[in-house]
Amino acid sequence: MLERDVLVVGAGPAGLAASIEAAKAGADVLLVDLNMKPGGQLFKQIHKFFGSSAHRSGTRGFDIGKMLLDEAEKAGVEIWLQSTVIGAFPGNLIAIEKGIDGGEKEVITLKSKKVIIATGASENVVRFKGWTTPGVMGAGAAQTMINVNHVKPGNKIVMVGSGNVGLIVSYQLMQAGCDVVALIEAAPKIGGYAVHAAKIRRAGVPIYTKHTVVEAIPGEDGTVCKVVIAEVDDKFQPIPGTEKEIEADTVTIGAGLKPATDMVKLEKCRLTFNGPFGGFIPLHNDKMETSKKGVYVAGDATGVEEANTALEEGRIAGISAVESLGLIEPKEAEKMRIEIWKRLEALRMGPFGERRQIEKNNILAEYEEKVVAAVEMD
Amino acid sequence: MCVRVEQHCILDVDKKEKKVKITVDGKEIEAYEGEPILAALLASGIKVNRYTVKKHEPRGLFCGIGQCSDCSMVVDGKANVRTCITPVKEGMVIMTQDGLK
Ligand SMILES: Cc1cc2nc3c(=O)[nH]c(=O)nc-3n(C[C@H](O)[C@H](O)[C@H](O)COP(=O)(O)OP(=O)(O)OC[C@H]3O[C@@H](n4cnc5c(N)ncnc54)[C@H](O)[C@@H]3O)c2cc1C
Ligand code: FES
Repeated sequence: MLERDVLVVGAGPAGLAASIEAAKAGADVLLVDLNMKPGGQLFKQIHKFFGSSAHRSGTRGFDIGKMLLDEAEKAGVEIWLQSTVIGAFPGNLIAIEKGIDGGEKEVITLKSKKVIIATGASENVVRFKGWTTPGVMGAGAAQTMINVNHVKPGNKIVMVGSGNVGLIVSYQLMQAGCDVVALIEAAPKIGGYAVHAAKIRRAGVPIYTKHTVVEAIPGEDGTVCKVVIAEVDDKFQPIPGTEKEIEADTVTIGAGLKPATDMVKLEKCRLTFNGPFGGFIPLHNDKMETSKKGVYVAGDATGVEEANTALEEGRIAGISAVESLGLIEPKEAEKMRIEIWKRLEALRMGPFGERRQIEKNNILAEYEEKVVAAVEMD
Repeated sequence: MCVRVEQHCILDVDKKEKKVKITVDGKEIEAYEGEPILAALLASGIKVNRYTVKKHEPRGLFCGIGQCSDCSMVVDGKANVRTCITPVKEGMVIMTQDGLK
């Protein structure tokens, strides 16, 4: 049977950083990702990153991606693409399905001493009349098309949601030559960073705050040809009589992300609900270890944040995994972790970050209370 | 209609892959080897990938990363192929998936 010291699931910044740390310490690391390419969200991000300077704030996401892939290769990380984890069984056994749809698929059983879950997040859906019409898609899907595949998903775009994803993807759609005909936000104010909002305003995109999408109307070919929007009241309900028809062939939904927890559930790790972090997330301690011994988590899968926090959490998970394998001294590992937590604290500052720091502390405390205390009672 | 990104201030959008031909519902279209099938279809203006089983409603690109199955088509005789994560190969025969499960 195939055996490895560490299996890392998900090759975004969190998974890559975890793999690099573990491989550098001498562990046998296998990194799997279901996608055709490694890098997770990074290769879609062509804008310069926000964050403190210690965290490459001036660097574009895809350049960080290239650096990490380079490092991973040098450290000797083995990467399997188009490989999805489909099962986890007692005795540290993991089932991985490898191969593409319609082609040969094989299921490989792996015995891995440690598992690090870095599966990222998935996009939230907004339902309205006609939301399944071809032409309605996630903002992330549109971003993948333009920035990774270099194909426009459509020409006239209505963007729903003005958080950072909505703002950044709107701007990038324009850079790719699409026309963003409306930016819709239900709240009275734009949600994302002012710098990103300013770019959209300057480009002259009509911004409709206190509005929502009511309907996507298909044309003869069955794909979106018109979009109906309306004003909303204080309870975010459309106000009758305020409807407005916009000609558009595409609706992109940037309504936030939720942690991808399928794999965490397969491992039966204990979850907790956390609104600010995007939904259900695995409880973990300051080593990024879950309620299941030997199973670690990192990145958006532990709460939706940003690439830099994902990267740092990935490092912690990697270090902790090799520490428990005896490849680095506990003292050394602790020293490294303290340094990284300091950097994470620096990242979780400011109007958007502070809240995340508070929530992170709550999660660590809940772990102590529910997981550690439960073990002590046994 | 041309919907490829032809010019970009940051990205290098010149395709270096090989140009190939694939067939979609009996019609030949151009594609680049290795790009997701879905991208090649969008570049040719094709946005409907399948029709649902019960209500016969059209579906197309939604997540772009293999999570929703809305982009499934019949590829070389095999159904339920998620075209957003399946790379193009020369001569592929693709059909709109209609009602199959
Ligand atoms: C539009 C947009 C703009 C952003 N801008 C910034 C920014 O300016 N600065 C910043 O710091 N951050 C930014 N971010 C956020 C950042 O991209 C993410 O927080 C970061 O990528 C999270 O890293 P991750 O490794 O946790 O997850 P991801 O990068 O999402 O990687 C997860 C990987 O896991 C794989 N996977 C999932 N499930 C499985 C499975 N079962 N089996 C195998 N593989 C699996 C996926 O294919 C994916 O490759 C932005 C995000 C978006 C969407
Ligand atoms: S678009 Fe969702 S699986 Fe392809």
